[in-house]
Amino acid sequence: MKKIYILWLRQIKRWLRSRSRIIGSLAQPLLFLWALGYGFSSVFEKAGQGNYLNFLAPGIIGMGIIFTAIFSGIEVIWDRQFGFLKETLVAPMSRLHIMIGRTLGGATIATAQGIMVMFLAMLFGFRMEHWLSVFPAIGVMFLIALLFTSLGTMIASLLKDMQGFQLIMNFLIMPLFFLSGALFPLEGLPTTLSIIARLDPLSYGIDALREIFLGMGHYGLTVDLIALGSITAIFLWLGSYFFKKIQI
Amino acid sequence: MIQVKNLTKKFGDFVAVDDITFSVNHGEIFAFLGPNGAGKTTTIKMLTTLLEPSAGKVVVNGNDPVQSPDKVRRSFEIVFQDQSLDDELTAWENMEFHGVLYDVPKLIRKERIEQLLTFVDLWDRKDGLVKEFSGGIKRRLEIARGLLHHPKIIFLDEPTLGLDPQTRNHMWTYLRELNKTEGTTIFFTTHYMEEAERIAGRVAIIDHGKIVAMGAPDELKKQTETSSLEEAYLALTGKTVREETSSATDDMRNRHRIWSK
Ligand SMILES: Nc1ncnc2c1ncn2[C@@H]1O[C@H](COP(=O)(O)OP(=O)(O)O)[C@@H](O)[C@H]1O
Ligand SMILES: [Mg+2]
Repeated sequence: MKKIYILWLRQIKRWLRSRSRIIGSLAQPLLFLWALGYGFSSVFEKAGQGNYLNFLAPGIIGMGIIFTAIFSGIEVIWDRQFGFLKETLVAPMSRLHIMIGRTLGGATIATAQGIMVMFLAMLFGFRMEHWLSVFPAIGVMFLIALLFTSLGTMIASLLKDMQGFQLIMNFLIMPLFFLSGALFPLEGLPTTLSIIARLDPLSYGIDALREIFLGMGHYGLTVDLIALGSITAIFLWLGSYFFKKIQI
Repeated sequence: MIQVKNLTKKFGDFVAVDDITFSVNHGEIFAFLGPNGAGKTTTIKMLTTLLEPSAGKVVVNGNDPVQSPDKVRRSFEIVFQDQSLDDELTAWENMEFHGVLYDVPKLIRKERIEQLLTFVDLWDRKDGLVKEFSGGIKRRLEIARGLLHHPKIIFLDEPTLGLDPQTRNHMWTYLRELNKTEGTTIFFTTHYMEEAERIAGRVAIIDHGKIVAMGAPDELKKQTETSSLEEAYLALTGKTVREETSSATDDMRNRHRIWSK
């Protein structure tokens, strides 16, 4: 328990010390909120869909989380190249515990980043129906964060160096984000897109946030939570399975 | 304490460790001696659960590193050849992290961290971030960290590489003391013949993944009718010792350092 805590603490300390990384990862959500949030609001309203910024904010929160979470997971490659991974891998603790400590650390950071985006969105005019919904929302954010940190860890365990990184960025993170319904409503989509959105775990996360913040969603909160919870469990298992197999 | 039988490691077609057999007794100081690329690090990685053997059998403190890695990990401590510190943490935090992972009780941990950091002359820099340290200082910190908990076996992979003479002496004094008082088994690698001759009870000379000779330094000298281990080594392999050059990982690290500025 103490060992898991110190692994978690290490991630947090590293994060707090990299101010530029914190600010840097807020830049992109900021741009999306500003350009899309203001740019599309009149079209969206004319189409009778209501306030676009309110609709968009959960999507951008999801974006802040998924980027930070996958990067935290992928940090395993970094640790491998800089030698620190060896230090943890020979320590007298099971690899499952190492993976849990790291993943909890990464997920905490990603959640914190999501909360920051939430406040940022409020500055732009995002309003939730009731402020108490912040608490269940943070719970959902943490689930999303856990899911994608595990995914990052899994990828990192399979890769030897950062070379495949650009590929992951372009063919994994970007599609996961754009096809999740973060930017557009999931109602009335062409069939293909609708099926893809259904396969994208981020869709359920963002949909759950919309349910909680605005009382409107597509799949319904129960479906969202069941999907999110079970995919998270599967990815945690996969992440630790591949992490156990790392050789140096 | 350590039994190795017909151990082999292949990377693709390349045989890095080629059918080696040896054993190390409880409380022994044993040295693996050989030029760069001989297979010393690869062997240590297989003994310490980091790498799976391609063939052969390993037993460390009664357990197989492949079958029961967790049990094996509880029995040893290792100082790696290349860096394994966290750059973004301070010297003290690196020590503390290690102490917690290795179950060193809080009070002893506090006491020993102070003692060891003083010992390698780093106590006044305990709150400095590791990324701001020079290579030599990092090495000292790594040595200090390796002595934090007192395991049954200590592996040291080229521990004195890049280490100043003073810390080098300190380190060996400390390790010998540990070996005497706690019966700690010490397994180290080096390509300094003189060091192996002075410190080790027994050495194995390894080249191109094969053990070419094994025994007490005196035995090897007698066998080859030479007066130093260095000459014995030359007589046995007919080669001079190649100096260690920087590894690919080091290059990568340097590139990153430049790049991240
Ligand atoms: N992961 C790896 N993949 C391919 N070749 C490797 C790998 N690790 C080590 N080698 C090769 O195996 C040989 C032995 O390396 P090593 O055990 O590090 O030697 P030493 O520690 O004695 O200097 C070297 O030729 C090295 O290039
Ligand atoms: Mg080596």
